[in-house]
This record gives sequence, C-alpha cells and structure tokens, in this order.
Amino acid sequence: MKKIVALVLALTLCMALAVTACADASVYYLNFKPEQDTQWQELAKVYTEQTGVPVTVVTAASGEYETTLMSEIEKSDAPTLFQVNGPVGLANWTDYCYDLSGTALMEHLTNESFALKEGDVVKGIAYVVETYGIIANTKLLEKAGYTAADITNFESLKKVAEDIQARKDELGIDGAFTSAGMDGSSDWRFKTHLANMPIYYEYKADGITSTGAIKGTYLDNYKAIWDLYINNATCEPALLASKTGNDAVAEFVGEKAVFYQNGTWAWNDISALGAENLTMIPIYIGVEGEENQGLCTGTENYWCVNAEADQEDIDATLAFLEWVITSDEGRKSMSQDMGFVVPFDTFTGEYASTNPLVAVDTEMTAAGKTPISWNFTTMPSEEWKNGVGSALTAYAAGTGDWDGVVTAFVDGWKTEYDLTH
Amino acid sequence: MEKAIRKYWPAFLLPTLAAFIIGFIWPFVWGLYLSFHKFTTVSKTTFVGLSNYVKVFEDPTFVSAFWFTAKFTVVSTILINIIAFLLALALTRGLRGTNVYRTVFFLPNLIGGIVLGYIWQILLNGILTNLGLPLLALDARYGFWGLIILMCWQQIGYMMIIYIAGLQNVPGDLLEAASIDGATSLQTLIKVKLPMVMPSITICTFLTLTNSFKLFDQNLALTGGEPAKASQMLALNIYDTFYARSGPQWKGIGQAKSVVFCLLVIVIALVQLHFTRRKEVQQ
Repeated sequence: MKKIVALVLALTLCMALAVTACADASVYYLNFKPEQDTQWQELAKVYTEQTGVPVTVVTAASGEYETTLMSEIEKSDAPTLFQVNGPVGLANWTDYCYDLSGTALMEHLTNESFALKEGDVVKGIAYVVETYGIIANTKLLEKAGYTAADITNFESLKKVAEDIQARKDELGIDGAFTSAGMDGSSDWRFKTHLANMPIYYEYKADGITSTGAIKGTYLDNYKAIWDLYINNATCEPALLASKTGNDAVAEFVGEKAVFYQNGTWAWNDISALGAENLTMIPIYIGVEGEENQGLCTGTENYWCVNAEADQEDIDATLAFLEWVITSDEGRKSMSQDMGFVVPFDTFTGEYASTNPLVAVDTEMTAAGKTPISWNFTTMPSEEWKNGVGSALTAYAAGTGDWDGVVTAFVDGWKTEYDLTH
Repeated sequence: MEKAIRKYWPAFLLPTLAAFIIGFIWPFVWGLYLSFHKFTTVSKTTFVGLSNYVKVFEDPTFVSAFWFTAKFTVVSTILINIIAFLLALALTRGLRGTNVYRTVFFLPNLIGGIVLGYIWQILLNGILTNLGLPLLALDARYGFWGLIILMCWQQIGYMMIIYIAGLQNVPGDLLEAASIDGATSLQTLIKVKLPMVMPSITICTFLTLTNSFKLFDQNLALTGGEPAKASQMLALNIYDTFYARSGPQWKGIGQAKSVVFCLLVIVIALVQLHFTRRKEVQQ
C-alpha cells in the first residue's frame, strides 16, 4: 500500500514539474485603454505565432482598472505588465514595479521626462503621449463667419462662442459648446483636464512642479472658462448633472455644437466629421500672454513590469515590449491602428501617428506655441477630483455657489494631500 | 433512517460546512485580520494596531453616511412592509386575476439593482427636469426619496409573496370561529390574522431591515452618493474608502469600516429578531 502511495505521489510530482516546465515564460498585460482592446488582442496573437510565447491581454472596464489590478495581482498568474497613471497612482504600486532602467524601452525613449522615476529607479515608462484642447468644427465655425485663427485668447474665444450661441437658431445648432456633462463618463474632462489649467499656471508662476497646498491663484480664470462652457452649451446648466460623455459626442458628431473639449484619443469617436472639418484650439482661460499657449500635452499611461513575477516572465515581458516598439507589426499597430503618439525613437517616418488631431499639435509646437504640461497627475487623490466635480455640478445647477468650488479646490487639496503624506 | 443519518452525517454536513467555511468564515477572519493592517494587496501587509479603527470614527463622512442609512432603513422598512402586507391582504381575497397581479408585483424583484438604479435615474431625472427641480445628483432629498421609491418598487413584491404564504396558512377554523363570534373584518385582522402571520412579519422585517442597511448597488447606480456624498450610504462609503483613495492606508481603514459595519448589522438584526419573535404565537 505504502509503495502505491509513494508511487502516486512521485507521479504527481513529476506531472507538476512537467506542467510548470511546459508553461515556461508567458506575458500577461492588464490593459487600461478599452478603446484599444481589439488591437492589443491582435498584436498578442501575432507575437505568439511568431515566437511561441503566450501573451494574454485583459482589458479592465472603464473606471475599474485599480480594482481589477488589485485582485489580478494576487493571483498565481498575475499580470506581468500593468499600468499606473503617474506619481499618485504609483504610490499604490511602487513595491510591484520592476526597475526598468537599462531596458530597451528606456534606450528608445525620446525624452527622459516620459519615464516615471523614484530617485534613480525607473518605475514606469510612458508609451503614449496625448493632447487635449477644445476640438472645433471648422465647417460650422466658417458658417458663423469665423475661422479657428480668430481665436487667440480667452477674450476672442468668449466673443466667438457667445456670438454663436446667440445665433444658434440661425446656424441650425443647439449651442456653441457640447454639454459639459458631469456624469461619471464625462466629468473627468472638467474636474481633471480643465482643472489642469489653473494648476499649470499656478505652478508656473511659483516655479514649482507639485505642491502640498494649492493657493488657487487662477481660480477666477477657472470660473470664467467654466461659466463660458455651461452658459453657451446645448442644454441648460441645471441638466449637466446627468449628461454623459456619449451625449457630448452625439451633439458634436451630429453638428449640433461647434466646440468640444476633449483630446486626441477621441479621434475615433468623431472621425465621421472628416479631418478637414476639425481642428483643436488651446483652452484659453484669460491669463496674461496666453496668445502663445499651445495645447495640453502629456501622458497618464505608464507601463510597469511586475517585480513580483518570475524572472523568466519578466524577461519575456521585456522582450515582448521591445518587439512591440521595434517590429513592423508592433509599430504599425500602435501608431496606425491604435492611433497613438508613441514617445520612442523607433516611431518615425511611416510610423508617425496619422491622427489628424495630433497633427494639429505638431503644427502648433512647430509654430512656437508652448505646450501645457499635464499637472493633473499631481492632484492629491481621486477623492479630491470627486469633490471638485461635485462642487462644479452644484455650481452649474445653481444649488451651490462658486465658493464651494474654491473650498473643494483649495482646502480639499490640503486635506487630501495631508492624508496621503 | 436515523441510524443512517447517525452513520453518514459527515456526508450530509461536510459539503455545506466546507462552503460555509470557504465562503464565509475564512474571508471574515481574513477581513478581521486585515482591518488591523496597512496594505495594497492582501498578501503584503503591515500591522498598524488599532489606528484604522480610530480613523474610522474620526471620519465625518462615515458618520453622516450612517445617519443617512439609518433614516433610509427606518422609512423603507416601514413602507415596504405595510404596503406589501396590504397587497397580500388584497390578493388573498380570491379576486379575479389574482395570479396575474401577484406575478406583476413580483417581477421587479427579478431585475438586478444596478439596472434598476439606472432605469430609475433616467425616469426620476426626467420627471424632475419637467418639474424644473434639481436633478437627483444635486439634492440629497430627492436622492433619498428616489432610493425609497426604487427600494419599494423592487422589494414590495417579494415581501408580498411571503405575506401571502403567511395569510394562506392562517387556519380556516380560527377565521370561522371569529366570524361566528361576530368579529368585524378589522377585528379579525388585528386579533387573528396579525398574530398568526407574525413569523412572516419577523422574516420580512429582517429581510427589509438588513437589505436596506446593506444597500449598495441601487445607491451606486441611482445617485452615486452625490451631491458631495450627501446621499452616500454605509456600503458605498466603505467601497469609496477602499477604492477611490490612493495609498495603502485607506485599504485598512475601509476594512475596519466594514468590520464596524458588520457588527452594526448583526446588532440591529438581533435586536429586531428579539422583538418580533416575542410576538409570535404557537398555533
């Protein structure tokens, strides 16, 4: 009897060994961007066909990335490749980030500032650079008697927008701006992206890159642009609380509004209007010298390699990433199919992005405009953004006043910063 | 038969026991352990003692969520049970189409909370817009009553079925005796039917009380806690603490909150069971 037991045990052990030996190295990418899920799946398949290394790509649902990552990383076959959104996001995952210095990714990176560092350790590397501003429908703009070149600062933006709003029936539109929806699918455009403007100018004025206590020097400008958005839109300000991201897209694509604040990633949604009818203008908020201001360019997508994974999986992951940014298939997929601007020096010539909105940014930078950096990655927490979002919604609907926004912005920043530091 | 059970009891008991341990006891103990720790993922934890619990009671949002939840629970428990009982009375009188009505009232229960939440959000926002009132996400009062309407709509049918079963089990001879003694229908209801359906009342109040107190999906979908957390209930508050914050310390605080929450639910349920059980009568 004992012998049989021993035999069975020995066999099981062998089996287990054999299975692990077969499984070898594999790559598991937990993708953040649902818009590009299909392209990643295809790319993974091509890589597996070429090299035999299995690559799994799982995409977390919108807004569920942290939750998904938290449970996935506990599993025995945890993601070997995941993402953080910047310094604040990194705080959660720094223990899990493999040092990427000296890797192919780092070598090909065009600009050191696209690496997320802690001291000398490279914790994450950006793989896509994005740009946002006010996307404008030039066809409608011309119909109203203007061109994008007429808008050079807040004053002219306000003049054009208010004139268009006043003549909306004549122009056959519902409003100058698309609805600034404060539903969860859209509120980040204002509580995060628009809020970047006063933060950027304050940092610039004070010569800093992050802070524990924001002063709110440019909050009056934030109010001015928000007032412009909500009072010259396709709907009453009180209705914004329930408007969604899809509503704004539908209004813009349906040519019911001229302006739509969003970024290069929105290209696929609005491409039906035709590249020749679209341009992007900077978000002017009425700061001295803003005529020279460009679009908001930066990243909140950093690749991190799971330091807890087996070394061979880490190596496989690094090899996969190198393939993605150097092979023809990978470069074509990222630049053309996903429409990304990729900050690696391998993406030149035919692999430069074909996204027309990106072209606008390139032109502006070439014309000497100063791009606005993405400082919202230094916002103290998600909680802070939610507080500002709620206050903006209440202000728009008239159930709250602007002081509420100021409190959420300034006091909320300090409270949240102190809580996390 | 009894002998067989005595001999094979493990075969009957073990599957359930195993499920209970895996699905309940183990996560519970693990959760208790984590509430004393700081962690990002549950395999890497640092012991921090009682500090998570201290922070729970220092957090004003937790306290305000508690009061919102308490108010909601009281109102919804009373409304759901009264309406469900009245419906059950109406639908045990042998009216035409009783079965159709029972089905109709029960149906909302089959739809998930998230879906219901979004559907009602659209409906209620539509009404509020037409009336020119602030939307659900702007005024916690509308959020509160919106949640009440939603919960009533969802739960009344289910509680009604339980009450119907209870009412059908009231012995006919008791009712007959009551009518021979000349009791009015109101007297029959209060003196005979109510005491006899007391077990159903115990179950229904238990279910509505705990369901309302633990409400999550509907809260998330209907109001999301807006405006500025004023319509946030305890479960959503815990979820937000755990997920909407960055930094490992919040996970532990969220965990401590959920332990406190669990104790609250247990205490409330036990008190309620004690009081309604006392009123139950033997047939």
